[in-house]
Amino acid sequence: MAVEALVEATSERRRWLSILAKAPSKDVIAAWDGLAERPAYKALRAPEVGMVLVRGRMGGTGDAFNLGEMTVTRAAVRLDSGETGIGYVAGRDRQHAEIAAAVDAMMQSANLRPAVEGAVVAHLARSQDERRDAAARKAAATKVDFFTMVRTRSPG
Amino acid sequence: MAYVAVKGGEKAITNAHRWLAEDRRGDTAAPEIEVAQLREQLSLAVDRVMSEGSCYDRDLAALAIKQSRGDLPEAIFLTRAYRTTLPRFGASLPVETAQMAVRRRVSAAFKDIPGGQVLGPTFDYTHRLLDFTLAADGETPIDGATQADEALAYPMPTIASVFAHEDLLEADARTAEAEPFDLTREPMAFPAGRDQRLQALARGDEGFLLSLAYSSQRGWGSTHPLCAEIRLGEVAVEFVPDELGFAIEIGEVTLTECQMISTDAGGVDKAPQFTRGYGLTFGHCERKAMSMAIVDRALRDGAANEASAPVQDEEFVLYHSDNVEASGFVQHLKLPHYVDFQADLQLIRRLRREHAAREAAMKEAAE
Repeated sequence: MAVEALVEATSERRRWLSILAKAPSKDVIAAWDGLAERPAYKALRAPEVGMVLVRGRMGGTGDAFNLGEMTVTRAAVRLDSGETGIGYVAGRDRQHAEIAAAVDAMMQSANLRPAVEGAVVAHLARSQDERRDAAARKAAATKVDFFTMVRTRSPG
Repeated sequence: MAYVAVKGGEKAITNAHRWLAEDRRGDTAAPEIEVAQLREQLSLAVDRVMSEGSCYDRDLAALAIKQSRGDLPEAIFLTRAYRTTLPRFGASLPVETAQMAVRRRVSAAFKDIPGGQVLGPTFDYTHRLLDFTLAADGETPIDGATQADEALAYPMPTIASVFAHEDLLEADARTAEAEPFDLTREPMAFPAGRDQRLQALARGDEGFLLSLAYSSQRGWGSTHPLCAEIRLGEVAVEFVPDELGFAIEIGEVTLTECQMISTDAGGVDKAPQFTRGYGLTFGHCERKAMSMAIVDRALRDGAANEASAPVQDEEFVLYHSDNVEASGFVQHLKLPHYVDFQADLQLIRRLRREHAAREAAMKEAAE
């Protein structure tokens, strides 16, 4: 694979993994359950709950410091057709991580991709965009203009 | 004297815990509260438990609050204890708060901050009058938040980026990408680096940091800070799994960030500038983030000069800011200390005998 194609494939994969991780577990499970057909797969790594240490930057821009941990669940699967997928998702929902891994594997298969690209990935992305947009509109509605009262001496 | 363990009392302990469970439930005529209700409706308590429990998981924090009957330091202790049972997959890339999907962003210092003053969901400017409609039986009608026609644009400029070209604000530059200090794996060390300090403050007790910040404002340690920026919103967390070798987003966290600034007259080698104090917390913990930023600023002063106030003394601040440790040490005093007390008793009795003998001898000498 040419370097550009690899970079492109990686950035695409990053995009759908992000969508799968950020979606609420119940939405991911509902989208998966809604599929007409689900391929057979084997667990390469059974869903495992653990933590990731979240880092911040000193002053927001400087060197890293350790802020605290977050719970994360990971899983890896291999489809019977050979593709492997991984899921790393915030929280402790094992089913969410396993579905994310299965969808990741399906997205890498030319045959299986159409089944999940719209019904799962695009569908979840759309509800994320809607939530984000609603929050941004609510925030915009609370934008104010403070004005400083100017004290003036009364003339004379 | 070291603590000496006791044995026995199993039956009494079991019965005490059964009674605790009954009290936790309270009057069964009132419906039992669900973890999801706590998570959604006591969300700021959840945020505090995640922040000081140092574990971002809303459901876990809500469960801890239910189990602890709303005793937040107890819930924080439960969260800390749970996190020790989980493996750590690794550390994230540093979160980029400049990219935050901002729900609230205000600057009390700079009126015309680009992006504007966005109040978000805040208690500020409420009248602090009890709202008895919330006590009404059944659902309280809510109108729902107003949505503007045009959404707020992201990312929103930070206070640092606004003044960057003038060099008015001290910059926090990226230097070496060394592994930051980790309090969960290394013991507290002094002098503390700012990485160690910020981690300790981020886990620190809100009440303790609030009072320290207040003391500094009132003159114990000269900080006259201005709040340059507070922002609240969602930030993506990126992590590099070993099996992939590139970073992926594994979720989103809500963070509160605060930048406090205060004037620094500079010196021979240094032009006058605003210096900064930094606060960052999980969830919406504004009081905590502001306090943290003021204490961070004061400790930076303390490091540069002789510490003259408690808030500037890093050993004092960092050794006493953790409420799990503090609560453990204070509250262990209520566990049986029978052996300590016996020893004290013997000592006091002996000293009294000696004292009485001396008194008697002096009396005899005087006569």
